[in-house]
Order: sequence, then C-alpha cells, then structure tokens
Amino acid sequence: MAERMALTGNDSVAYALKQINPDVVAAYPITPQTEMMHKFAAYVADGEVVTEFVPVESEHSAMSAVVGASLAGARACTATSSQGLALMWEILYITASYRCPVVMPVVNRALSGPINIHCDHSDTMGARDAGWIHLYSENCQEAYDNTIQAVRIAEHPDVRLPVMVCLDGFILSHTLEALETNDDEAVRNFIGEYEVADSLLNVEQARTFGAFSLQNYYFEFKKQQADAMERAPVVVEQIGREYGELSGRHYGLLDAYRCEDAELVLVGLGSTMGTVKQAADDLREAEGIKCGVLKVRCFRPLPGEQIRQAVKGAAIVGVMDRAVSFGLGGPLFHEVRSACYGETVGMLNFIYGLGGRDLSLTDAKDTFRALLQAADSGEPEPTVRYIGLRE
Amino acid sequence: MAELLKKDQMKPGAIVEGGTMAKLNTGVWRTYVPMTDLEKCTNCLMCWIFCPDSAIKVSGGERHETDLQYCKGCGICAAECPVDAIEMKLESDVPPDDKKG
Amino acid sequence: MATTSLKQLSDMPELLSGGHAACPGCAGPIVIRQILLAAQQDDVYVVSSIATGCMEVSTTVYPNSAWRVPLVHNAFENSAATISGAEAAYRSLKRQGKIDKKVAFFAWGGDGGTYDIGLQSLSGALERGHNFTYVCYDNEAYMNTGIQRSGATPKGAFTTTAPAGKVSPGKGQTKKDLTAIVAAHGIPYVAQASPHRPRDLMKKVQKAVATEGPAFLNVLSPCPRGWRHPPEQTIEIAKLACETCVWQLFEIEDGKTTVNYKPKERKPVRDWLESQGRFRHLFAPRNEHLIEEIQADVDRKWERLLALEAMDKAQAD
Ligand code: SF4
Ligand code: SF4
Repeated sequence: MAERMALTGNDSVAYALKQINPDVVAAYPITPQTEMMHKFAAYVADGEVVTEFVPVESEHSAMSAVVGASLAGARACTATSSQGLALMWEILYITASYRCPVVMPVVNRALSGPINIHCDHSDTMGARDAGWIHLYSENCQEAYDNTIQAVRIAEHPDVRLPVMVCLDGFILSHTLEALETNDDEAVRNFIGEYEVADSLLNVEQARTFGAFSLQNYYFEFKKQQADAMERAPVVVEQIGREYGELSGRHYGLLDAYRCEDAELVLVGLGSTMGTVKQAADDLREAEGIKCGVLKVRCFRPLPGEQIRQAVKGAAIVGVMDRAVSFGLGGPLFHEVRSACYGETVGMLNFIYGLGGRDLSLTDAKDTFRALLQAADSGEPEPTVRYIGLRE
Repeated sequence: MAELLKKDQMKPGAIVEGGTMAKLNTGVWRTYVPMTDLEKCTNCLMCWIFCPDSAIKVSGGERHETDLQYCKGCGICAAECPVDAIEMKLESDVPPDDKKG
Repeated sequence: MATTSLKQLSDMPELLSGGHAACPGCAGPIVIRQILLAAQQDDVYVVSSIATGCMEVSTTVYPNSAWRVPLVHNAFENSAATISGAEAAYRSLKRQGKIDKKVAFFAWGGDGGTYDIGLQSLSGALERGHNFTYVCYDNEAYMNTGIQRSGATPKGAFTTTAPAGKVSPGKGQTKKDLTAIVAAHGIPYVAQASPHRPRDLMKKVQKAVATEGPAFLNVLSPCPRGWRHPPEQTIEIAKLACETCVWQLFEIEDGKTTVNYKPKERKPVRDWLESQGRFRHLFAPRNEHLIEEIQADVDRKWERLLALEAMDKAQAD
C-alpha cells in the first residue's frame, strides 16, 4: 500500500534504496550523506534487503567496487557528497564509459576549500561532463521518486548509463517532510529484474571488460556514449509517465511553473525552486507581475530545445546557479543561454547560495524584481550578478 | 591488417572476447629462433612453463614443436633447458623449412 | 585435487594466449600463466581484475585480449577495490541462488599499482576480508611508463626519475617491505614467490585459492628492459635474487612464517648487482661503499626472516 510517511531527504532516499533492494551497495561516510547510509546499513543489519554492503575505505574505492559489482551482473549503488564525489572523479568517467547502470544519490555540498559542509552544486556541476545522467530534486518526495526512476532510466537498453540523483545537502537531506511512498511490491514490479548480457561472473564466457582502446577505437566508444545520451530524454520522459501511472506523481525533463504567460522567468535547479515558485505566486498575487519558474529536473542530458520553448515567450530570463565556473559565470546560465541561441529574450545570471548561504523568499522576490528592472530599463548589465553576497 | 570495426559493431564498454590475441602474430618480432632437438628432449616441460608467450606446445606430458606464430625469440627456453636441447639461431640463418622448432 | 605436476598441467587449457604484446623475455606473462594454470582447476573458475600497467596494456588491446578467463581493467589504483565489488556481487547473487559456480577472485597489479598508488585500495580490501587473492608482479619500477622509480625499486637502482648521475648513485632509498605491510593486516595467507620455482609458486597459488578470505602473493618479475639484462636471463636473474636472498621465498599462514628456500651458501649480493645494467654505476669506485650497505641490508633482513620463522616455530612447539 502507498503510505504517507514523515522522512528526511536522506531517509527518503534510503527508503527508496531499500525498496530497490540492490545486490551491492558500497559507500563511504561523508557529511551530509552519512545518515542515508546509516539508515541503509540498518536495513542490511535487519535482513530487510539482500544487499551485500561494502563499507569501503574511500569514495574512490566505493565507485571502483560498484563498477566491479555492476560488471559482475549486480544492481549496484553508492551515495556521496562533495569531496567524496571529487575523489570519485576518475572512476565516474569509467563507470559511464563501461556503461554500468549505477544509481548514485549525491547529497549536494560545496567543494573545499575552504572546507564547508553545506549545500551548493559545485560538486555535481563539476561532474557534468563525466557521462552520467543528472536528475535534480526539489524536495524529499522528488528525491525518493527520482531514486526509483533512476534505476529504470539507467538500465534501459537504449541508455545504459549511470544516474546521479542530486538532492540539496541539509536543506533536503536533513529536513523532515511528509511524503508519499509506494508499496514495496509496486516498486519491485516497476524496476523489474536486472538483466545483463555480459558479466564477469559468466565464467564460461571469459570476456575482457575495458580493453585498452587506442586511436583506432576510443573515438567510436565516445560517440556511443553521446548516442546513448541523445536517446535518454525520451526514456526519462517515458519512465516519468509510467511512474506517474504508478504513483500519481508525473515527471518530465523540466517542470515549467506558470511559464505560459510569464514575462519574467527564473530557471534553476533543486530545492531553491520551491522558494522561487512561492515568490512567483506572491508577486503575481500582490503586484500583478507575471512571474514563471522553470525547474530543470534533468540537467544531463540537457533538454535544450524544451528549455528554449519554455522561455522564449518571456521578456527576460534569469538563470540561477548555485555554482561558479570561475572565469565564465554560472554553468547552468551558459547552457541555457546557448540553448536559447537565436531567441531575442534577455538573459541574466544570478549566482547564489554558495557554501549553504540561505536564499530567502525576499531574496527570491528581489531576484524577480531585478529581472523586471533590467527588462524595463533595457539594460541587462551586468550579466552575472550575485545574490546575498556582502560586497 | 584486419578491417576496423564500425561503431555499431563494437560492444559498448570495450568488452571483448577472451583469448582473441591468439590470432595475432608476434613471431615477426623475432631476431633469434629457438631450434629444438626433440630427440634430445627429455620432456621435463621446463621450457614450456617458463615461456612468456605460450609458444611451446605440450600435451600428455610431452613437449611438441614451438609455435612460431607467437615465439618472440627471447631465448628463455634455450637458457633453461637442462639438456641443452634448444639452440637459438639467427632467424636469417635458418631456411624457412627448418624453422619447425 | 589441484595439481602442480607439469605433466598433468600439460593437458590443461592455456589460459593466457600467445600473441600478446609484452616485451620478449618479460616475466609478467610467465607469472600470469603459472598462476592461472594452478588456480583454474577442478571446478574452480578464475575471475580477475587488473590494474593499469605493463600486463594490462600488453594483454588487452581492443578488440583483442589474451585472457581466457573473465577480466576487468578499471584504473590504476583500484584493482583490489574493483575485485572486492565483483566478489560482493558474487556473494549477493549466490545468496539469492542466482549463481552456483565456484569462483576464485584475483586482483593483479604491478608494483606501481600495488606498493604505491593502489596501496590504500589493497589495504581496504584486505581489511574487509573479501575472499580473493591479490597478486603483485613486482618488477621494481614503473616500467610501462618508462622505468620510473617506485616504492619497490631497490636502493641504488637506476631509474629514469632517480637516474645515476654525477652526484647521485640512483635511488637513494631502500625498497618498501610491502609483504610485511600486507602481513600486518593479519590476513590468513601471505607469500612471496618467484617464477623460477613454478611448483613453489603454484602451490602457493593453490593455498591462496583454498584460503577463506584474503590472500596475497608478491611475485618477483624480472624486466629485461628496466633491469637491463638480456631477455634469456629472466629466469636466471629471478633465481639469483633468491640465491643472494635479495628476494626471499616464504609464506605466512595464519601468522606463522615459513621460509621455503634457504640457499646452502648465500651468494654475495654483488653477483646480483653485476647481473643487471641498472646497477652498473654502483661499481664505480665512488659508489662501491653502497654495495656493502646493500649487502648489510640484505643480511639484516634475511636474519630477521629466519628469526621470525624460528620464533613462530618455537611458539607452535
Ligand atoms: S624463445 Fe622465448 S618466446 Fe620463443 S619459445 Fe622460447 S621462451 Fe618462448
Ligand atoms: S626444457 Fe628442454 S628437455 Fe625440457 S621439455 Fe623443454 S626442450 Fe625438452
């Protein structure tokens, strides 16, 4: 039976992992991911899952072990944050290129230095070219739902790529939320059995996995990955629809909120979009400003055409980045702007919330007002702006 | 040179069939060729267990000829044969028909 | 019953094919062949991971592979972590009744991938108690990338990053005792071996495979290119390493040390150094004192090993 439960983001993902019941989970502790793995280890200790839990000595080994497990025919997961993801870097690329359909919740946290344990997206943004699918979650419900869908997306024969499920550190991971969970059996049926054509444990077959590929073959493997990414949006949408049938909660690549008639649109990722939606409602109601919000759920592959369609009618668009690409600006901004190439809509970049700096409802409203002012004055300069920063 | 595989003929993940290097020819690396006197050989099999290139054919406890498709001419077999049944000869000094090993 | 009889092995399948690209006379493929022959017997199947290195690049070149057992290459420093994942998968799938074959898991790495960059991954996998055998083929430097020094390079050896020059006599530090570090994990089976004694090596492999939990084999692997010796000398050089006690053959079973080979008369280390071009500069008058230092170091380690064996024996009696 579907059930309403009060869970933190970490617990909601741990609960999803319990229902997924992976064959192998390898993980290393890092704040703010830790409680997720505490919860999951308890499921293992109580025999509620068949999972072999591998408490590795580093995230590098977590990712490495998960690759070994996945190639051995296991459904394998890990979870991490920040420095942990950074330490996995090398193997992220290998996981994707070996086409291991691994699911990894990432509890977003700022990258050192200086060291900080709070939310921003610098960790996952840095991994945007590693060949993983990236799903961002607005709330604990979405973190739970995304984790379950991620298994299907990753393992889909047209895709076979690893998936990161991103959820904001502390803001979601440690916040209790009432959410709807699915029945165990419904999840089991939804994800199905994990099937592999080639496995290390297919001992009579004796395959070599990850052979040294030189100038004559490496390029083709990269194009195969690019092709799989190109096929992924349709799969993400189809699985989002199927999941909607199961749960009543439908998912697409984007979540366009009051964008149809909007003159001002803010584009962004993750939990902040909840605050920004509230700001849009308030401004529409109190001041009659036509605000809209475009939440990018699927950041990789980037649904560029859909983004363009969603914002092209607006007078001006602001893209909110919780990360900086030093010397460039916000990474999401640059991607959204190039997706909208050829449109006349104005564009600003708002960088906010680094290292867990809070973005209040007032900040969100001020961001819309800044957009309005730029549109009215016809002077959208400077392009890159910082919110909530003491100059 | 075998024709290169096209993108869609390649199994994603650089997965290959095991043992397919057996079709390659590393014999062309050779400068010296091991010439074995099977009459002299006592079938101790030491040359076989020490060959880095899986080039010495054995079965039923007996040493057979050397597989010159693989043999790189390192000379380990000749150095280790306890009865000196193997002699390394300059490849160019041996007529092709005599290279049976 | 597992066998090490060459006669019987001669009817078993060759698990590393010819046609690979290792240098002529390389000990690496000899070590791999002997180990695979010993390990995959009866109803046991070998599944391996291999670290980036000489053996990986020379035995797997897309679209071909020399390995007739399943193999994965992941990266340089994570051979042990990778196999620990595969072994965990096996345990899980076995518990679920999805696999019934007997599998012996092996992780392979050169000294660079084991003594240095892969040490953490190895240590973690050993401590977690995975049921696998780690094999280090120790050729005492980063040969694949061009003979750079590693933690396994012996004192005085020439390498490209610790060359012998006008003021430097090659590597200034002694070789890391990895086998002791591994033994300190308290794992059930640890051994050093050499390809010149195939039956000793193969017996150790079979003990490792029969061990429940982690096992470790450190196997000396002479490298003609990096050690600067003629390729046909590979086996003789390995033998000389043992005759001079520069490399020792021993095993540690459940903490108990047994020395498997004690030369009746130990040859001087000088003989070993003379056999390889990488030590040639040590014979220059200004470096000769180093030869004595190296000899003293070898003596001390050998005496210590014998003492360890005697102590373990006394404890058992
Ligand atoms: S010369 Fe070397 S490669 Fe050739 S058969 Fe003898 S040992 Fe093998
Ligand atoms: S080493 Fe010599 S005697 Fe022994 S099998 Fe080989 S050729 Fe025969």
